[in-house]
Amino acid sequence: MTLEGRVWKYGDNIDTDAIIPARYLNTSSEAELAAHCMEDWDTSFVANVQPGDIVVAGKNFGCGSSREHAPVALKASGIACVVAETFARIFYRNALNIGLPILECPEAAQATLAGHTLEIDLSAGRIRNVDTGQTYQSTPYPEFMLALIEAGGLVEYTRRKLAEDHG
Amino acid sequence: MAQRKPMTMAQKILAAHTGREHLSVGELVDVPVDMVLANDITAPIAINEFARLGVDEVFDRERIALVPDHFAPNKDIKSAEQCKQMREFAQRYGIVHYFEVGRMGIEHALLPQEGLVLPGDVVVGADSHTCTYGAVGAFATGMGSTDIAVAMATGSIWMRVPSTIKIVYSGERRPWVGGKDLILHTIGLIGVDGARYQAIEFCGPAIETLSMDNRLTMSNMAIEAGAKAGMFAPDAITEAYVSSRAKRSCRPTCADADAEYERVIEIDVSAIEPTVSFPHLPSNARPLSQVGQVKIDQAVIGSCTNGRWEDLVQAAEILKGRQVHPDVRCIVIPGTQEIYLEAVRGGLAETFVRAGAVFSTPTCGPCLGGYMGVLAAGERCISTTNRNFVGRMGHVDSEVYLAGPAIAAASAVLGYIGGPEQLGR
Repeated sequence: MTLEGRVWKYGDNIDTDAIIPARYLNTSSEAELAAHCMEDWDTSFVANVQPGDIVVAGKNFGCGSSREHAPVALKASGIACVVAETFARIFYRNALNIGLPILECPEAAQATLAGHTLEIDLSAGRIRNVDTGQTYQSTPYPEFMLALIEAGGLVEYTRRKLAEDHG
Repeated sequence: MAQRKPMTMAQKILAAHTGREHLSVGELVDVPVDMVLANDITAPIAINEFARLGVDEVFDRERIALVPDHFAPNKDIKSAEQCKQMREFAQRYGIVHYFEVGRMGIEHALLPQEGLVLPGDVVVGADSHTCTYGAVGAFATGMGSTDIAVAMATGSIWMRVPSTIKIVYSGERRPWVGGKDLILHTIGLIGVDGARYQAIEFCGPAIETLSMDNRLTMSNMAIEAGAKAGMFAPDAITEAYVSSRAKRSCRPTCADADAEYERVIEIDVSAIEPTVSFPHLPSNARPLSQVGQVKIDQAVIGSCTNGRWEDLVQAAEILKGRQVHPDVRCIVIPGTQEIYLEAVRGGLAETFVRAGAVFSTPTCGPCLGGYMGVLAAGERCISTTNRNFVGRMGHVDSEVYLAGPAIAAASAVLGYIGGPEQLGR
């Protein structure tokens, strides 16, 4: 599974209120959430984000509230992957559960700048910065997690698995 | 005879639930849960995912709690639709612990009060502050809606056994220093990711005398240090709190004396002043003496962190016979209907209203910038809530300062951030 996209770069402790402010949690609509993604933190995000773009951030990305609306808003905005130095625990689970690939890689996160293009091989856990030529290694996902991401998340993955077991 | 391997509270509780003699840190286990929780903003996604799973019943209709509290009583039409979806799900699947507006409370004040979370339990909730129940000795942790959908359907969820940080508090607390000051000080010390992926055990002589309401405040904010759980060993205070409320048996569990910890932190509480966390991270903690002159527009006293009985008593003690500063809106929100009623009976409600404060029905409302106290650009609020992120309580250019109820109430009178000792008689 290979991705290539342009980078949005953020710092440490980007909390889920920054990703999707709580005032928009009166809906579960993916499109409505995407329309307000990152707006308190970066007013240029919604207008300029392109399908396939990648978010790169510092430590503890996704800290704070357990709202699954946060990875949903990023994914529905077109974000294909988040690379960070570290992730907050609940966000980590939520992102994978909804099929948004995320990679922990401090070296790549620190060296990548806004506007760079990254090429990411999820099965190998390899990140290549197209602009600088640098390559970074993150821990590759096990087979089941790749299948889960490919299925679009935990629920669809579980459904397929149940169907196979009974088929 | 095989040598017994010591375990922390987290290891022991998870081992007991998975039928294992011993669990090692880092192991992945599928854990049966005692209680599953969701609220009006996280339940809708969980309900949609539950429907996609294709199951036709919940694992146990007595082991799920659904609480409309975040944007309830309904703040707008969309919120009303979300509450309606949760209510209809509760009716369809016969959820016993659905709490309607007028009979509810803020979930993390309500569930312990109702005896639904007990020592030794494993509790998962679609709300990050689910870790609050560590105060009664439960292993309780927040998750997202999809995980909660799976837990509602199957009654179990996979987890990684966390390592544990032991924080030992000793010494005598100063006047007006409570659980909120201890936890803000602690987060200031270890940082907002200081306990990421780990459990915390709060212990030591200064904890042994700490009331349950103060313990609930501390466990509540474990997540603000990134922790998966923040627990207190069950003791006489736990027993006294739980025994009259529990409607089922439980398994109180303490760590082994020789358990292995990732890290042990010693804190002398006699050195801790009333503490205020500055914008925009809970870890920006400062002793009150170093706060300086910070003028405020609003004071919020309430939330799942500090909306309990003792919090209201402390605020009322300070506000009694005084007036909220003319430039300040003071909003007091009890955690549950039971606390609300006690506040009416005990004269606290009258104290708040006579002081010129709002006294509201339970809701999370202002804490997350929902309603009932949203801030305009440039406004500052002293708040007993748990987060002071950018835009948390309203406009992106507003500011939230976190503190305990004594500081919030005193500040409401002073018009700037200060303590009860700065109030004349």
